[in-house]
Amino acid sequence: MRHAGRGVRWATLALGYGFLYVPIVCLMVFSFNDSKLMTVWTGFSLRWYVELFQDQTLLAAARLSLVIATLTATAALCIGTWAGYVLARMGRFRGFGLYIGMLGAPLVMPEVVLGISLLLMFVELSKVVGWPDGNGLFTIWVGHVTLCTAYVAVIIQSRVRDLDRSLEEAALDLGATPLRVFFRITLPLIAPALVAAWLLAFTLSLDDVVIASFLSGPGYTTLPLEVFSRVRLGLKPEINALATLFILAVAIVVVALNRLQIRAAQSQ
Amino acid sequence: METRSVPLSGGVDDFVRMDEVVKIFGDTVAVRSVNLTVRRHEIFALLGSSGCGKTTLLRMLAGFEEPTSGRIILDNEDITALPPYRRPVNMMFQSYALFPHMTVEANVAFGLKQEGVPRHEIQGRVFEALDLVQMAGHARRKPHQLSGGQQQRVALARSLVKRPKLLLLDEPMSALDKQIRQATQIELLRILDQVGVTCILVTHDQEEAMTMASRLAVMTEGQIMQCGTPHEVYAFPANRFVAGFIGSTNLFTGIIVVDQPDHVLIETDALTRPLYVSHGVSEPLGMAVHVSIRPEHLRISRQMPQSDSNWGHGMVTHVAWMGSYARYQVRLDAGQVIEASIPTLEWNPAEAPGVDEEVYVAWSHDAGTVLAS
Amino acid sequence: MRMRWPLPRPSARQWAIWVPYLWLALFLLVPFLLVLKISLSDLQFGIPPYTPIATLEDDTLQLALHLRGYVLLFTDSLYAAVYLNSVKMALVTTVCCVLIGYPLAWQIARSRPEIRNLLLLGVILPFWTSLLLRVYAWVGILRNDGLLNNLLMGLGLIDSPLEIYRTDLAVYVGLVYAYLPFFILPLYANLVKLDQRLIEAAHDLGARPWATFRQVVLPLSMPGAVAGAMLVFIPSVGEYVIPEMLGGANTLMMGRVMWNEFFNNADWPMAAAVTCVMVLLLLVPLTLFQYSSARQLERSR
Repeated sequence: MRHAGRGVRWATLALGYGFLYVPIVCLMVFSFNDSKLMTVWTGFSLRWYVELFQDQTLLAAARLSLVIATLTATAALCIGTWAGYVLARMGRFRGFGLYIGMLGAPLVMPEVVLGISLLLMFVELSKVVGWPDGNGLFTIWVGHVTLCTAYVAVIIQSRVRDLDRSLEEAALDLGATPLRVFFRITLPLIAPALVAAWLLAFTLSLDDVVIASFLSGPGYTTLPLEVFSRVRLGLKPEINALATLFILAVAIVVVALNRLQIRAAQSQ
Repeated sequence: METRSVPLSGGVDDFVRMDEVVKIFGDTVAVRSVNLTVRRHEIFALLGSSGCGKTTLLRMLAGFEEPTSGRIILDNEDITALPPYRRPVNMMFQSYALFPHMTVEANVAFGLKQEGVPRHEIQGRVFEALDLVQMAGHARRKPHQLSGGQQQRVALARSLVKRPKLLLLDEPMSALDKQIRQATQIELLRILDQVGVTCILVTHDQEEAMTMASRLAVMTEGQIMQCGTPHEVYAFPANRFVAGFIGSTNLFTGIIVVDQPDHVLIETDALTRPLYVSHGVSEPLGMAVHVSIRPEHLRISRQMPQSDSNWGHGMVTHVAWMGSYARYQVRLDAGQVIEASIPTLEWNPAEAPGVDEEVYVAWSHDAGTVLAS
Repeated sequence: MRMRWPLPRPSARQWAIWVPYLWLALFLLVPFLLVLKISLSDLQFGIPPYTPIATLEDDTLQLALHLRGYVLLFTDSLYAAVYLNSVKMALVTTVCCVLIGYPLAWQIARSRPEIRNLLLLGVILPFWTSLLLRVYAWVGILRNDGLLNNLLMGLGLIDSPLEIYRTDLAVYVGLVYAYLPFFILPLYANLVKLDQRLIEAAHDLGARPWATFRQVVLPLSMPGAVAGAMLVFIPSVGEYVIPEMLGGANTLMMGRVMWNEFFNNADWPMAAAVTCVMVLLLLVPLTLFQYSSARQLERSR
């Protein structure tokens, strides 16, 4: 009975992780393929990487996406942390249900809904007030922040809930005003969650296609938009190269975070 | 249940006063109209089991809960509406609540920084406080590197460094091992004495309350049952709850048949002879009352006592030799089981009555306390 | 216990609560109300490409609610078909995610702590990697001249390529692949907190592994499983990128329809109407999700 259990375990893990990683591995392997076709291996080559770094359109799109992602993550972190803290600490106030509802909605709503509604709002706003004048960085940023705030709020709220309330009370007792308690005691103690939330918001923004489609304007093509329009036309090996670099970057960050987390847990 | 009323002395000595304080959470009444006074430099204990309202009372003193009604007065200042960071009150938490991301020194300095004390003065006062609790050598350590007892001392230093008018202690010994509790209690008392701060502590451990406090209040269901010195509360309980809560006791229910200014006689179904209590009571003739007799006042013998009151006859059901005393359980003829504590110096185990033996139980005229409720 | 105290400025606490609320209301509630409003407008040329609902002319307030969009939605069977198809595909995806994800989450949760950490990293890594790029990988694998077909033909298992790319099957593969981590992670969080002693008690009382699983583990893991399932189902209904990249011309899903109405037909009122109806229809599973996550919150208090 034990052996059967072992076999089942290994089969499950192998199949499961195989499914998850086969496409990723294929992507990476064929980024070094000499041929333009992704399907036949002709030889090892770095030419796609070279082409990638000479592709100005793609690089410009990458730069724009990184800027938007950074701005988004930072703004979403501020608003989301605020909202998450309120949910965790301020008890039940009037409108609590609607608050949770509004915070949870972007998490599950299809992004087209969010994209359409925000675009329509900006159009109306432009009609009534004359601003924003055309879509671009600002509108994409607003859309991304609205999406990411929900994720940040969920993470921070659950972390603050787990935080020992007596630490904050002790600080109040010793003479710190509630604002000081938040910045000197609460924030330092939830720092790892803040980092994780920022990174999640950054990733979501960097990867978004739908909302950016609705809210971008001429001259503001984000990286996912550029990639999406290209791959609709067929296979593009320089995208493989981009994907490989991306995966490596994510892997490094994820592993580094994990190490830090383990070390932090050990020191306590 | 009736309570013995606490005299509302408007005396100059009153340092802390709680007037008709009530706290209601939703549907639950946590604290019912509590009146309390604590004198300057006094160590006062709130004693009760969990859920009795003592912690709520403490939190209202600290400022974490707002009374539903009533006032809290400290040093002639009404602090009821003050937030915790504006009160001259400091609390030592049950879990110590030391900030894990700060060193011992930073923890103790935190309160002074909030006051805006100049930096050089902060250092001086921090080390003064750490010296007081003998933790000056650990200033650079972080809380997770300290033992439970060490953390407690740092927490104490942190609460005392601001020289509060009132110090609150939330179950100070609960996190410590039983062996070191007694030593810690004595040391804590020494430090508090040295500092001279007025102190209110909350505990469910009656030994702790009796050891540490100069006066205590017994609480249950949001009310104070009795307030007084440890001796008063033990020897002269105000009602059955207090009598049973502090130490153990034997309770007889009966009717007053003789009511004189200097003694009363109470007839009870539990005994063939009446109970003679050598003090006057305020309850009238014919009223049903309870008499509380502590186990250490009972004497066991094989011979029938000479007196015509204050004794009974029964059979021993259980004997436990506890070292310095023996605990007897005797079932009286009428059925009630009573408990007696006999010092082992009086009886040799070989001679002492054993289980299933018939014995007489007797006590003196001043052993009993009459309780109306 | 609530921390409340009278503050010198009675509105400091109010400030803390209402500022994020305002942002949310401004960028979620208001836009949605606008979508509602525009769904009741009529198509017109110009900017913006829809008529206003209320006009003030000659001291007369004229209210014009155009129900064209909704009428079309409910009479044209195409929309009903698309919605049903979207729900069907989302359901199948969810079931597949459950069937694949549950055993995986279980195995990870039952592993030794060191291995468990590694396995978890293994699930988190794809989660954080760009969805777009991972779906793009499947394009290369599933195409007629793609890796899978080349492999199978090379092994001699088939003679002509399997037509998977640009069919519903490819979309299923893509959806399950994309949303699998979304199911595994909440379920794992629930399973890992499961008290091992409960399972031991069941064994002690004579229950064999399968019975234990069915009667002890499964019910207790329900909240995590439901949360994960909702995180897969609800977004899948309105998914756009995956059906667009992997699906055929007749793989009709709501996301694509909304997109087409908006970008290809430039029929904003229609797109708005479709959006409103879709939100309404998703309200039921959405409420289920909020309810179950609120219950979990209460339980962990």
